[in-house]
Amino acid sequence: MRAARVIEVRGLRYRYADGTQALDGIDFHLEAGECVALLGANGSGKTTFVLHLNGLLEGEGSVEVCGLPVRKDTLADVRAKVGLVFQDSDEQLFMPTVLEDVAFGPANLGLGPQQAAERARKMLEQVGMASVIHKAPYHLSAGEKRRVAIAGVLAMQPEVLVLDEPTTFLDPPAQRELARLLASLPQAKLIVTHDVEFARSLASRAVFFERGRIAGEGAVDEIIQRFDWRPRF
Amino acid sequence: MHHVVVERWSRGASPLHGLDARSKMGALLAFLVAVSTTPPRAQLAFLAYAALVVAAMAASRLPLGGLVRRAALVLPFSATFALITWWSGQPLRAAALGETSFLSGLAALLLIATTPLAQLLAALETLGAPRILILVVQFLYRYLFVISEQAQHMRLAAHSRLGAAGARGLRFDAAAGALGVLFARSWERADGIYHAMLARGFTGRFSPAVHPHFHPADAVFFAAVLAACAGIRLVA
Amino acid sequence: MHIPDGFLSPAVWATLDVLSVPAAGWMAHRAQSDTEDRRIPLMGVMGAFVFAAQMINFPIPLGTSGHLVGGALLAIVLGPAAASVVMTSILAVQALVFQDGGIMALGANVINMAIGGILAAWVPYRLWGARWRSAAIFTSGLLSVLVSASLALAQLALSGMPMPRRLLLVSLGLFAASGVLEGAITLAAVRAIERLNPGWVRTPAKAGSRMAGVVAVAAVLVAAVGILVGSAAPEVLEHLAASFGVTAHVPAWLHAPLADYEWKGLDSAWLRRASAALTGLALIYGACALAGRLLARQRSA
Repeated sequence: MRAARVIEVRGLRYRYADGTQALDGIDFHLEAGECVALLGANGSGKTTFVLHLNGLLEGEGSVEVCGLPVRKDTLADVRAKVGLVFQDSDEQLFMPTVLEDVAFGPANLGLGPQQAAERARKMLEQVGMASVIHKAPYHLSAGEKRRVAIAGVLAMQPEVLVLDEPTTFLDPPAQRELARLLASLPQAKLIVTHDVEFARSLASRAVFFERGRIAGEGAVDEIIQRFDWRPRF
Repeated sequence: MHHVVVERWSRGASPLHGLDARSKMGALLAFLVAVSTTPPRAQLAFLAYAALVVAAMAASRLPLGGLVRRAALVLPFSATFALITWWSGQPLRAAALGETSFLSGLAALLLIATTPLAQLLAALETLGAPRILILVVQFLYRYLFVISEQAQHMRLAAHSRLGAAGARGLRFDAAAGALGVLFARSWERADGIYHAMLARGFTGRFSPAVHPHFHPADAVFFAAVLAACAGIRLVA
Repeated sequence: MHIPDGFLSPAVWATLDVLSVPAAGWMAHRAQSDTEDRRIPLMGVMGAFVFAAQMINFPIPLGTSGHLVGGALLAIVLGPAAASVVMTSILAVQALVFQDGGIMALGANVINMAIGGILAAWVPYRLWGARWRSAAIFTSGLLSVLVSASLALAQLALSGMPMPRRLLLVSLGLFAASGVLEGAITLAAVRAIERLNPGWVRTPAKAGSRMAGVVAVAAVLVAAVGILVGSAAPEVLEHLAASFGVTAHVPAWLHAPLADYEWKGLDSAWLRRASAALTGLALIYGACALAGRLLARQRSA
């Protein structure tokens, strides 16, 4: 059922400025409501891949979001449908206060200042961060920043959430909170992560990246087994 | 740290905190003009100005001692002038120098200590400050502590590798290298911010800010201070 | 180099506050028109970087250390208009958040460092950066500090700060040393940055005429130091002039208005001094504008 695929990538290739082939023919799909984990070594192309999904990078091949090809003229729509949560929350939360930051997305979609603020408030409540509405991001903990970042992305009402290493800097309680929050969200999710337990708790499918290619795809446990991806000391 | 205290004060609540920043800025301006143009022989006028400032300090519900101490930091400098003026035989002018400087500094401090930076910036924008300047200050302030912490970590890491040779800190070229690395991370951070902006639909222009409303209380405050200062000045 | 509150007389700081508004406004306008909004986060982050960079200590002889001031580095990396806006932001945050540098003296500090200092840094790099790169970068740092500091000292003198000749000479000496340090640090920093990514440093356009450059730079420097010396120790200028045998030939109408740094025609003393300050600043702006027009002509040639 093609119509239910929120992300469809065919033959994606991308070369860095210095000539390295970062992505070498990626075929990938994501269904509505599905949660997929992206595993792989550092430098295997996971983040590079993910940046193609909302048009921040442009490679050869085809990338479609909810049936829309990702092109210069469709970027505005694509970016409303794909919500990207970056690894560095300090780069993501760039406005002076939490409320202004979460309202940034809706404001760009054309909502007036009042409506944008209203929607921001609702999203912050949904992620449990209503109490820090007027705080400066600098004063938040890593876990709080992560949740505010998710609120900022949810405020665009996306179809897909893409999260790049979301458990970075989070302590175990914050990781549990994050997992609970993500499990409660209905959107399709693509999670780039090194955290195997996190992947197991949320994802129904895993894709393994190796040197710019997909080396394997299947159930999370199966992939972890096949590529010996569980940390053992 | 000093700035943390004033910033904390600015986020407090009091009648003075609640006033529109523009009204407070106007009042400060009126006060500064009155005080600095008052002839030195009118010493009673300075007493009256001081009374105004004390009233404002009370209305701010901030620690008086703390405020006075911070404003007094300016005194050693103006005291030099004052002393020289005193010795050259103009005691009243000398006194006026000290009083003007201290009262002006205290009044300016009151403005900063009762107005969060964001409100000050919004007020300045309404009064015509260029938008690019306001936005740059906003971003500067947002990333100031983040990057300063990075620099601090780099310093500590470098110093812990210096051992006995590290009495004077890094060598010149090592310090330059550290600067280069800090610059690189800062630039890359700016790239990351730009990506994050694009990812949430940034269309090329920042949306105009929402401007605060002016209430009757604000107008009353400004008018009252203006009248008081004008009155004292004219009588002097 | 920051002037705190309490140093400048009300006439001086008020005049400079008023002057700084159109000056900073013009720079902001230039920055806005040749920059897309996308550069604004970069400008803010660069401002934060300069703040943080001031924590990194560079060892100097005499067992002490110095740090980057940053005006020249900003001008070289961002160009003059954007650098000026960033510097203004830095000064604003320093005054409004850290109370470092006065709030009433903000206008003076903006003119000294965000306008004068930045332009003085941009001129050498713009003119010589293509062919005599290291020398140009060093000169940018040097001039940026010299001009800012000279302007500041001139304003202090105009405010009535006593300026015996020895103090003046010591000050000038300190400024020179400070300038040399800034030149060295700026050069080392730019080299380190280029090693990481040459694309981060703007390349200046083809080298302009060396003569025009020397004239422009000299004009700015002479104006700044001249005002300083003229305001603080007019007898030094007269002495210099006498030793060159010039006084006798200086026409009366030229000699009279500037020599005692007061316009005779006006009544109130502070008004006279304020207009003298205005004239001095107009001289600086004139020098910069002249330099700008020379550069523009080079570009179109």
